[in-house]
Amino acid sequence: MDENAKKPDAGKVFLEESAAADARKRGRQKQINQSILIPALAVFSGLVIGAFIIIFTSEEVYAGFSQSIGAGLAASWKTVATAYGALFEGSFGSPVRMVNAVLYGDALEIRRAFNPFLESLVVSTTYIFAGLAVALGFRVGLFNIGVEGQLFIGAAAATFVGYSLKGLPPFIHMPLAFLAGGVGGAAWGFIPGWLKAKTGGHEVINTIMMNWIAFRFTDWLLSGPMQRADSGGMPISPWILDSARIPQFFPAPIRFHLGFFIALLMAYLVYWLLFKSTWGFNMRTVGANPNAARYSGMNIFRATVIGMSLSGALAGMAGSNQVLAISRNMAMGLSSGYGYDSIALALLGKSHPLGVVLAALLFGTLRNGATNMMVVTGIPIDIISIIQAIILILIAAPAIIRTVYRVKPPRETDVVFTQGWK
Amino acid sequence: MTTTTITRRFEAVSPRRQRIMGAVFLFFGFFIFWQFARPVDTNLMTTFVMTPGGLDRGFLGNWILPAQFTLYFLSIITILLGMYQFLVGFGKYTNLVLGLVALMFIFSFLVFSAAGKSLNLGGMLSNMILLSVPITLGAFSGILSERAGVINIAIEGMMLVGAMVGSLVGSLTFNPWAGLAAAVLSGAVLAWVHGVISIKYKVNQIISGTVINIFATGATSYISAKFLQEYSHLNNTPTFGRAPIPGLADIPLIGPTFFNTNFFVYAMFIFLIILQVALFSTRWGLRLRSVGEHPKAADTLGINVFRTRYIAVILGGMMAGFAGAYFTVGSVGRFDEMMTAGKGFIGLAAMIFGNWMPIGAFGAGLLFGLADTIGSKLSILGSDIPPQFMAMLPYITTMIVLAGVIGRGQPPAADGVPYEKE
Repeated sequence: MDENAKKPDAGKVFLEESAAADARKRGRQKQINQSILIPALAVFSGLVIGAFIIIFTSEEVYAGFSQSIGAGLAASWKTVATAYGALFEGSFGSPVRMVNAVLYGDALEIRRAFNPFLESLVVSTTYIFAGLAVALGFRVGLFNIGVEGQLFIGAAAATFVGYSLKGLPPFIHMPLAFLAGGVGGAAWGFIPGWLKAKTGGHEVINTIMMNWIAFRFTDWLLSGPMQRADSGGMPISPWILDSARIPQFFPAPIRFHLGFFIALLMAYLVYWLLFKSTWGFNMRTVGANPNAARYSGMNIFRATVIGMSLSGALAGMAGSNQVLAISRNMAMGLSSGYGYDSIALALLGKSHPLGVVLAALLFGTLRNGATNMMVVTGIPIDIISIIQAIILILIAAPAIIRTVYRVKPPRETDVVFTQGWK
Repeated sequence: MTTTTITRRFEAVSPRRQRIMGAVFLFFGFFIFWQFARPVDTNLMTTFVMTPGGLDRGFLGNWILPAQFTLYFLSIITILLGMYQFLVGFGKYTNLVLGLVALMFIFSFLVFSAAGKSLNLGGMLSNMILLSVPITLGAFSGILSERAGVINIAIEGMMLVGAMVGSLVGSLTFNPWAGLAAAVLSGAVLAWVHGVISIKYKVNQIISGTVINIFATGATSYISAKFLQEYSHLNNTPTFGRAPIPGLADIPLIGPTFFNTNFFVYAMFIFLIILQVALFSTRWGLRLRSVGEHPKAADTLGINVFRTRYIAVILGGMMAGFAGAYFTVGSVGRFDEMMTAGKGFIGLAAMIFGNWMPIGAFGAGLLFGLADTIGSKLSILGSDIPPQFMAMLPYITTMIVLAGVIGRGQPPAADGVPYEKE
């Protein structure tokens, strides 16, 4: 350890110096503007394209156009306005209702009026964990596509601890179950991390494979050892005991829970680890330039394995959060693609914990609002996946945004995260 | 890089690997001896029915084996092979012998499980071929694109869209050929998008693939929920049924398996031959591979790297669309959400397992198809191995291959690296 602490000094100083010089040259202000402007434009474009998809797949619009162009345009506007209105109301709540509720002072009505907003935070919570997992991986130069699988294993571990350990007080049982999920996810992340460090097997393929192994494995767990006795053959786990549940703050209809603050705490911890600790510096250096890291004597093996395990741990906590706070048992439909969406999220947030939290809030808000949109207008919730895919394209290829909106590129182009199979 | 065809082979068998393989063979041999042969009752016979059910041509009588004698025989052969491998080594034939040992092990398992019962081996064989079709075609899709240096993890998404579009267009036109053509076209469009993002804008190809997967999942579920489930006549395509080839279909065993089956099976064999020849024996294939190995050298020699990559990626997308069509117009005639269920990723696995070679991918496809077939037969055979564990096998074997335990595959050298023209 001592040797390691001494060795990287020269390299560190050099790296810090060159990074600082770079930043000075570019002018920090412009860079920050762009890193907010491009995501904002991407989200905006995604919503616009989503609106066109809604228009093109709406029967009313076609009916309108068969009458006259004016009627068609009116129908298009009405369809989109209704849909996005429902989306907005589903994500933030109806402003009128909120104001009225506060004026009348009826506690139940206040809770109901503010529930959509709180529900958005509930959906965002899982996204924060999963997004942090991908972002941490990116920073160490690892592409963790395995978040979905790690989430499943984490959820299974948390569920098992949650229902099988009886008689523990809540302040021990809940953290224990939550951390069990983290450990499960870490184990699932450790395997591809170790394989990458030891044999060079590419983590993308290995995590994809681990995803499918995780799905089959949890399917087996839920229809075998972990199946609820009275499930009638359905692959469902027993209910998690009250002592292991993450507490919710308000009575029944509102699901807003402590997990949200745990997620924020995790975001801070990841920030601290990456940007304020020596370990994090080593990990980021390995991610940014493995050769520089190697020459300055950093342990690439350790950074890779730890990076992947921590990433898996965060993904596993997303699973814990999902079962301990929301569903309170485990079924195969536990994640609606959180693991894959989180890749979009990490890119949108520029792999920075704060950015991830903001991106997660956005995605959580969208997905929650889309549920209401589906109820009100019958537009399937999957529209959100389409919009997310479009946002992701535009974030990943900022050149498209720059061409469309005539944004001048910064003097130095972003380093595109590229690697082959090796 | 001029010696591509030579370096493409598995690396020479090291003494350590020779010993490991020997130990593996011996393990299989003793496993058959102790776990399969010894517990079986001496007088039991295993009956293999050699004609798939529901056929009226290509009959072959039942094959009746004395279970214990067969198992002892197989175990002794396997042990002898293992001893030879351990002491002398099969050299470059090691992987071939490994395949043989694996086959004998699987056969032993079947003899053991069906002792005293009868098992439709002919049906299993023809089922294995059918189940391998989407896997193998998916692997071909990956090979086309990755041989030119573009990673494609969006095979799954392209297959999903191909399946949906195939069903939709087939239902609208009452013509399976139109459905098939539309599926191929839709695969091409998605691949073109993948090409634009990853070749023109040089975005990380894994991100691009992830985008397409998210988009494909969202778009197919959206259209399915909005239209296909609503109007059943939009999701009721005519299918390619069993198409016996006159004359050949009457050959016992071989006829029912290869010549009295689905159109897609014939297509798979035709594609196998075309791809193997086109990639490795034509000028076009040499150029395509050179772009995947060393684009700069190829460019220097006057090959248009970008155009070659676009063509390869789009051909790969067409292949994936074709594979997707198998799910709807090739079999059940209707689209269900997420119906590809990871077959595209198994295709990716088969591509890696087959060392980026069409013939290898075909072999891997057969193996994974066999795993599927046995998995679905396990409960009928009364085995206590959970079918989910059989379903994990393709993923686990791929990870083992990637780790280099049974010979390391060699991806194209420039796979995943965007080409920057100077």
